[in-house]
Amino acid sequence: MDAILLQVLNGLDKGGAYALIALGLTLAFGTLGIVNFAHGALFMLGAFCAVALNKLLTLEKVTLDPTQKTPWGAPLEIRTPYVEAWLGDFGKFLVDWSVPISILVVVPVMLLIGIAMERGLIRHFYKRPHADQILVTFGLAIVLQEIVKHFFGANPIPVPAPAIFAGSADVGALFGLPPNTIVYPWWRLIYFLFALVVIGIVFAFLQLTTFGMVVRAGMRDRETVGLLGINIERRFTIVFGIAAIVAGLAGAMYTPVLPPNYHIGMDFLVLSFVVVVVGGMGSLGGAVLAGFLLGILQSFASMNEVKAIIPGIDQIIIYLVAVVILLTRPRGLMGRKGVMED
Amino acid sequence: MFKRNARQDLIFFLVFSAFVLSMPVLLAPIGAGYPDLLQKFAIYGLFAIGFNILFGLTGYLSFGHAAFLGVGSYAAVWMFKLLTMNVIPAIVFAVIISGLFALAIGYVSLKRSGIYFSILTLAFAEMSYKLAYSVLTPLTNGETGLQVKLRASGPVTDLINQDVRVLDAAMGIEENGIPAPSLFGLEITGWQAFYLCAVMLIAGFYIAMRINRSSFGMMLRAIKSNQNRLNYTGVYPRPYLLAAFTISGMYAGLAGALLAVTDPLAGAERMQWTASGEVVLMTILGGAGTLLGPFLGAAVIKYFENIFSAINENSLHAVLSFLPDPVENALVSVLSMFVGEGWHLTLGLLFMLIVIFLPGGLIEGFNRLIGLFTRSRKQTTGENREEA
Amino acid sequence: MAAILQITDVNKSFGGLRALWDVNLTVEEGTVHAIIGPNGAGKSTLLNCLVGRLKPDTGSVTFEGRPIIGLPPHRINQLGIARVFQTPEIFEDLTLLDNVLIPAMAKEDGAFRLNAWQRVTRRRALIEEAEHILEDVGLADQRHRIAAALSRGDKRRLELAMCLIQKPKLLLLDEPTAGMSRADTNNTIELLKKIGEKGITKIIIEHDMHVVFSLAHRISVLARGTFIADGTPDEIKGDPKVQEAYLGGAHL
Repeated sequence: MDAILLQVLNGLDKGGAYALIALGLTLAFGTLGIVNFAHGALFMLGAFCAVALNKLLTLEKVTLDPTQKTPWGAPLEIRTPYVEAWLGDFGKFLVDWSVPISILVVVPVMLLIGIAMERGLIRHFYKRPHADQILVTFGLAIVLQEIVKHFFGANPIPVPAPAIFAGSADVGALFGLPPNTIVYPWWRLIYFLFALVVIGIVFAFLQLTTFGMVVRAGMRDRETVGLLGINIERRFTIVFGIAAIVAGLAGAMYTPVLPPNYHIGMDFLVLSFVVVVVGGMGSLGGAVLAGFLLGILQSFASMNEVKAIIPGIDQIIIYLVAVVILLTRPRGLMGRKGVMED
Repeated sequence: MFKRNARQDLIFFLVFSAFVLSMPVLLAPIGAGYPDLLQKFAIYGLFAIGFNILFGLTGYLSFGHAAFLGVGSYAAVWMFKLLTMNVIPAIVFAVIISGLFALAIGYVSLKRSGIYFSILTLAFAEMSYKLAYSVLTPLTNGETGLQVKLRASGPVTDLINQDVRVLDAAMGIEENGIPAPSLFGLEITGWQAFYLCAVMLIAGFYIAMRINRSSFGMMLRAIKSNQNRLNYTGVYPRPYLLAAFTISGMYAGLAGALLAVTDPLAGAERMQWTASGEVVLMTILGGAGTLLGPFLGAAVIKYFENIFSAINENSLHAVLSFLPDPVENALVSVLSMFVGEGWHLTLGLLFMLIVIFLPGGLIEGFNRLIGLFTRSRKQTTGENREEA
Repeated sequence: MAAILQITDVNKSFGGLRALWDVNLTVEEGTVHAIIGPNGAGKSTLLNCLVGRLKPDTGSVTFEGRPIIGLPPHRINQLGIARVFQTPEIFEDLTLLDNVLIPAMAKEDGAFRLNAWQRVTRRRALIEEAEHILEDVGLADQRHRIAAALSRGDKRRLELAMCLIQKPKLLLLDEPTAGMSRADTNNTIELLKKIGEKGITKIIIEHDMHVVFSLAHRISVLARGTFIADGTPDEIKGDPKVQEAYLGGAHL
């Protein structure tokens, strides 16, 4: 029981990341008909927004303290972040909370990037074959990740979560288990909740606003909506921006779980495409469901008991599920009929 | 297209062969006249030519062809380890194994089309890649990669680190240190390696040309053009697709074997999906569906990879030293993004530019140029459109 | 004359909608059989059931005494049934000659043959035949053009040529003149009459009564998923049920 619960928990944060990426991917595909291989790069850019903000906030002023000596006899260097020097305790707070604060940066930056991408590139590929879309966005993904690599290097860059979330939660106690049976890092719990909130906001937006209504109608039948005299193009630009924001948020908040490097986007992209396909191309609910399911499934496959029976299963479980789903249920778990079945 | 008669094809083929064989001389002026680079042209050319039989003719975009390249490499190195350093069994075995592997993966993946097919091939390739690193370590030697080792003198307990080379041993071939691949006693290194690859490339090109001009090739084009119509025309597309998939997998296996011949080491990173992306790029860059395009694309990419990766900030400073210092420094810092380690950035940009502006690749670009010059003299119609 | 196609008690529904309702039809060998009926009567659904695009829920279809329900489209074609679609289905990126050669090769090679070494240019007999057919439909001078460049009317004629080269026993024509000018329509009628002489059995779905009465030996009227009348053109002209179905009586 506790082992199962632990694995479910372990799958939640990764599942949350999959779900968020797949959500944006599906949104872009369902509305714009674009197969976006650069979507993983948007996740990566979000993560590096958090990295950049953290670096900026921790830029340090070096002062020499002649009263203290290092063991080698030189004056001790004291490094204090500028923000701390200027703002005191509030500065300390900013540094500590840099990851959650990065949300404020990620939203506008990713919106701009998304809009620029749609206007500058994606828009010209609506009528081109899917193969061309895949290829051009694949090229874009390489470009984006190489640019990041140029500025941030090739190694993963750790970004800490706020100190208050540094420890682990005794989740087992909540379920009446003895203390410390299931401990789970706070931040990963936060990430899961964050993913739920973002998903909730996106769904609420699509369900409750007129904008969302038009977008949903456009997902079903683009031409008719266009005929109604609604400027669907502009709305779709914004949809792409939203997809970019969702991917960016997913990336930024994931930094304390997994230090990002320049190709983290590619790693997640392949898996997210699999998630989208399993969920059903064009189904938002399917993407979210499949994201969590596959995240959890993956953590179960990493259990030693499972690996003992089927060696290597943890490495390939997601792909295996994708193959089985595609062959038995080509529309995925919740896909609509006729989506890309040419 | 295929309406070219057999004689025109023969001339085209002879010119191509002559060019490939004289690349060491012809390409020396642009700094490519050495075997390490030229054999890459040939190997990746083969890879792309084979990929083109699937993607160029049928339009089915596989994102997993690097897996067959990797399997070919492993198979070849195993032949070196177990049987003989002679390259022929290694190449034959690699082509057969990767062909079987492609047959199996293709059989499953081709149950779907469009993006679903792409995702299936991607999933299979990633599975192969991950398994090569983990469970299949006894076959692949994991991250270290599979290498040719010394022949065991005593009883063999560990095939990864102790080679047997049964055939060589039976024939009484002496080994001092780790031997190089050979062809009946002729050591395959340096220029010999290039000429081996070149001969394979020429053979591969000839087969691709015949497929292109054949009834089979026409059916593949018909699949790309309108699969629905083909169904109602009495043709069952799937076996055609599976045959094309398997043949292209065998080309990839051949390329993988040649990689192992030129450097007897097989690693899993060859199977990663970005490597599959590279062969797509080569094919597109040259011109998908054309005969010459894939080789051209592969050669151009490998050439510029070689040039661009070799440039570093120092060499940029040296070239731009005539400029005023601030300008020089600014220019160097911008340019350095695109060279050396940043070569992939250039590659990505190139990829985008080609897909955006020249979906037909370099061959289409040439044709447009030729068209510009000839249009004034005669009206161009579909009939005299050049399709190399 | 023997029946070449026998449709017995065919039913097909989509969700709750019943598209075909106990459909029975016998097509005699060598005749031109027209199926007419108002929009939404189920004509295209019926054709789709004949070529293997759709599978009827119940009932049987036999072609030359062989049941064909459940066979994939390529098998049905190989038995000798060819179809012209309402919107021309051709190989847009290939030349006209290739477009006609492909069905010819399919006829000769069967559903699959791995002849990767045989040059297309060596198949002289087929090429000659293809050029003849293109001449018959009046497209011979354009045979090296890419099919996408053709006008809509020419695309239809090309598709017809693609079917004719297979010398089918049964040719299904789905509105072969829809959207054509009067002159083009008359040309097509002449063309269809000409191939009629070759003894190919044809089923024509058509709205244009001029075409129907110029060609058909027999007419069946489909309304709301079932045949309401069946007879010679003269019998159909005077049938009050047909007039009711066409003049909207069915809806009033």
